Amino acid sequence: MTWRPRLAEGTAPVLVVLLLLLVGLAIAGPAYDEPSGYLALLKRAAPLMILAIGQYFVIVSGGFDLSVGALVTAGVVIAARLIDGSESATTGVILLVLGFGLLVGLVNGLVTTKLLVPSFIVTLGMLLVLDGAVFLWTDGAPRGALSAGFRTFGRGALDVPVLGEVPWSVLILLAILVAAALFMRSGTGRALVAVGDNEAAVRLSGGQVDRLRLLAFVLSGLLAAVAAILLGGFAGVSAQVGSGLEFRAITAVVLGGVLLGGGRGSVVAAAAGALSLEALFTLLNLLGVSGALESAVQGVIIIGAVAYASLGGGLRQRLRWWPKQRDSVRPAPS
Amino acid sequence: MTTATTTTVRMTGISKSFLGVPVLQGVDLELRGGEVHAVMGENGAGKSTLLKVLAGVHRPDGGTIEVDGDPVSFAGPTDAQRAGIAIIHQEFTLLPHRSVAENVFLGREPVRRMQVDRRRMVADTRELLDWLGEDGIDPTDAVSSLSVAQRQVVEIVKALSTNARVLGMDEPTAALADHEVELLYDLVRRLRERGIAILYVSHRMREVFDLSDRITVLKDGRFVTCAPTGELTSEALVRHMVGRDLGEYYPDRAAPADLGPVRLALRGAGNDRVRDLDIEVRAGEIVGLAGLQGSGRSAVARAVFGVEPFTRGVLEVDGTPRQVTRPRTAVRLGIALVTEDRKGDGLALRQSVRDNTLLVRRAALRGARSRARSDLPALLDLVTVVSRGEHQEVRFLSGGNQQKVVLAKWLAVEPKVLIVDEPTRGIDVGAKRAVHELLRDLARRGVAVLMISSELPELIGMSDRILVMHDGALAGELPAGASEGAVMALATGHGIGEVA
Repeated sequence: MTWRPRLAEGTAPVLVVLLLLLVGLAIAGPAYDEPSGYLALLKRAAPLMILAIGQYFVIVSGGFDLSVGALVTAGVVIAARLIDGSESATTGVILLVLGFGLLVGLVNGLVTTKLLVPSFIVTLGMLLVLDGAVFLWTDGAPRGALSAGFRTFGRGALDVPVLGEVPWSVLILLAILVAAALFMRSGTGRALVAVGDNEAAVRLSGGQVDRLRLLAFVLSGLLAAVAAILLGGFAGVSAQVGSGLEFRAITAVVLGGVLLGGGRGSVVAAAAGALSLEALFTLLNLLGVSGALESAVQGVIIIGAVAYASLGGGLRQRLRWWPKQRDSVRPAPS
Repeated sequence: MTTATTTTVRMTGISKSFLGVPVLQGVDLELRGGEVHAVMGENGAGKSTLLKVLAGVHRPDGGTIEVDGDPVSFAGPTDAQRAGIAIIHQEFTLLPHRSVAENVFLGREPVRRMQVDRRRMVADTRELLDWLGEDGIDPTDAVSSLSVAQRQVVEIVKALSTNARVLGMDEPTAALADHEVELLYDLVRRLRERGIAILYVSHRMREVFDLSDRITVLKDGRFVTCAPTGELTSEALVRHMVGRDLGEYYPDRAAPADLGPVRLALRGAGNDRVRDLDIEVRAGEIVGLAGLQGSGRSAVARAVFGVEPFTRGVLEVDGTPRQVTRPRTAVRLGIALVTEDRKGDGLALRQSVRDNTLLVRRAALRGARSRARSDLPALLDLVTVVSRGEHQEVRFLSGGNQQKVVLAKWLAVEPKVLIVDEPTRGIDVGAKRAVHELLRDLARRGVAVLMISSELPELIGMSDRILVMHDGALAGELPAGASEGAVMALATGHGIGEVA
């Protein structure tokens, strides 16, 4: 049997989009003449890509996770307050933040699978709970500061042979991406996609549907915590650091050709969707488009991508606004 | 509006491909007013596509369509309607809360003084109903108050109101109860008498012989033959459809020496739906489970498999009493269930042939067993021969091939007990035979097979013993080769003795 690379269905468009955007960047910005420019882009995009990978697990198994943005904010605010500039507390606090993300994912997953509340509602509720808790705890202004050690992951770089200085966040992203891609090739990963496609079929095949969904939420929560650590280092402490990231991650996943409702899509494409989104915002910025337009652009993308996924090849026909030339049975009016 | 001019439609050399896969290749069909013309063929032979080409739903890639000698080309169903051609769909498209007349003229309501002219709508609908001789339906009745058969009449009236002279019917009896089928036969015959041409697509041999004047047979998208119904026997028709003689239809039964120990045993088992079940299935045998719809046949399967577990009695696997309260436990004990709803809970339709085949192994087993790869080529061989490779999504496969994927997914875990519920429902003759042979082959290799089927010839042809259920309990057991009458007598609640 000859092995040939195969793209999961719906992956090709996002790769084309990404390529076009990268070419666009090379033309529009002088910084993108050299690899370092792209490395900087990747570094900026890393937290969103990691969030998109987490969101992918939940979406492909048939759910939504709206809590990740609030979870990022909570992670950063908690870390800043507990570390309060102390270098020695760093390791413990990092573990605590990761544990917190895992716990939030566990609660999301348990409420969804055991109490049978739709994940959209559960995670929306979690978003509000986390937002409220952060506000209560900080009175609206986060206190404390992150240690230099903590900020290394979001800011620092590692000297890698051949490549030179590679940001930590890029290395972490690559490790997560490779692990996620391998996981999705495993039996458990394939079963996760099948759950999004037909839950009953998986259950009647002896699969543990609830555990698989729970796993997806836990992974999403954990990866949101990782994104919080990177963003805290990169962007610093604020009560708005994670706001809106849940929708950005969902947009990225959808842009990656992953079917809302589950059952189809690749994790690499979801990550590519996140990178495309970041590249697009960078390009718009270079072209002098106001940053205020970002959310509008994002809205258009999410609607467009879903329309493309639902209609596929039929889209061109539907979008034809002028009447089609008919060779009907009726004689043309003279 | 009911002048009886007859129409002749001639389709010549019709070809159609989807995504490069040819579905129709040079098919000819002639349809005359006042005839019922049946189109037969296996699943995937191109019957429905041909119908849709005629109705303007699909545009042919090649070939011509003539109506009364004039070449036509349809850009959509509306064009076909204008040429007098309409399809009666399998899924009804009526609005239940509106009246018959409102449904008939939906979107084409006659207007008078800027208002819908209800009186004319009702009068025109009544005229058509009278013309058809359907006086049991009033134009002002709400559709929701009508039976399924009557709704079909309304669909047909709706088509006739657009002056349709050619009606295409795709499996029109699929949604009907047995007594309603006769009503449909009557209606079709009346339509024929009134000069309507009817293109009748159906799987069911008996219907086609009862109703049609001519039969066109398609195989793999090609025209095989067209002959007056009177000149064909059912054997000849099957031969044309399958392209070979089916001969002896069912594989040989098990010899007494082939039977092994009892694999599955129920002792006084029951739950809300079934009661007092005493059943033994041995290695090497196929036990048929017969009964009417709702008699509890499928409930037995679901209970053994732990979907709706038994609450009383004992379930033994290989002689050991077991508590099976969820499918996972059943799978790990070596029990497999092929459900009757292939698309609903058998397959993950958007996943590939490979992923579906491996689903049970991956989802239910642990460790090395879940990653076992050695037998994979043979397993995929069983299913890839029928698909365009193991990476094709199963939703693109025909019903028969999908069923083979379901079977392959269970073979991947080598079950000891295989329960199949309607294993050949909705699949074509050739695939049916392959499934039968596969089941017998599994039995020969020591699997205990419990087979549920509504199709009595299949059940009788395949089973080494037949258990008949009635009203949630076993009504009796019959030996191999029992008559259909004996099975039905038990299934309807009469003793064997009463069958003369």
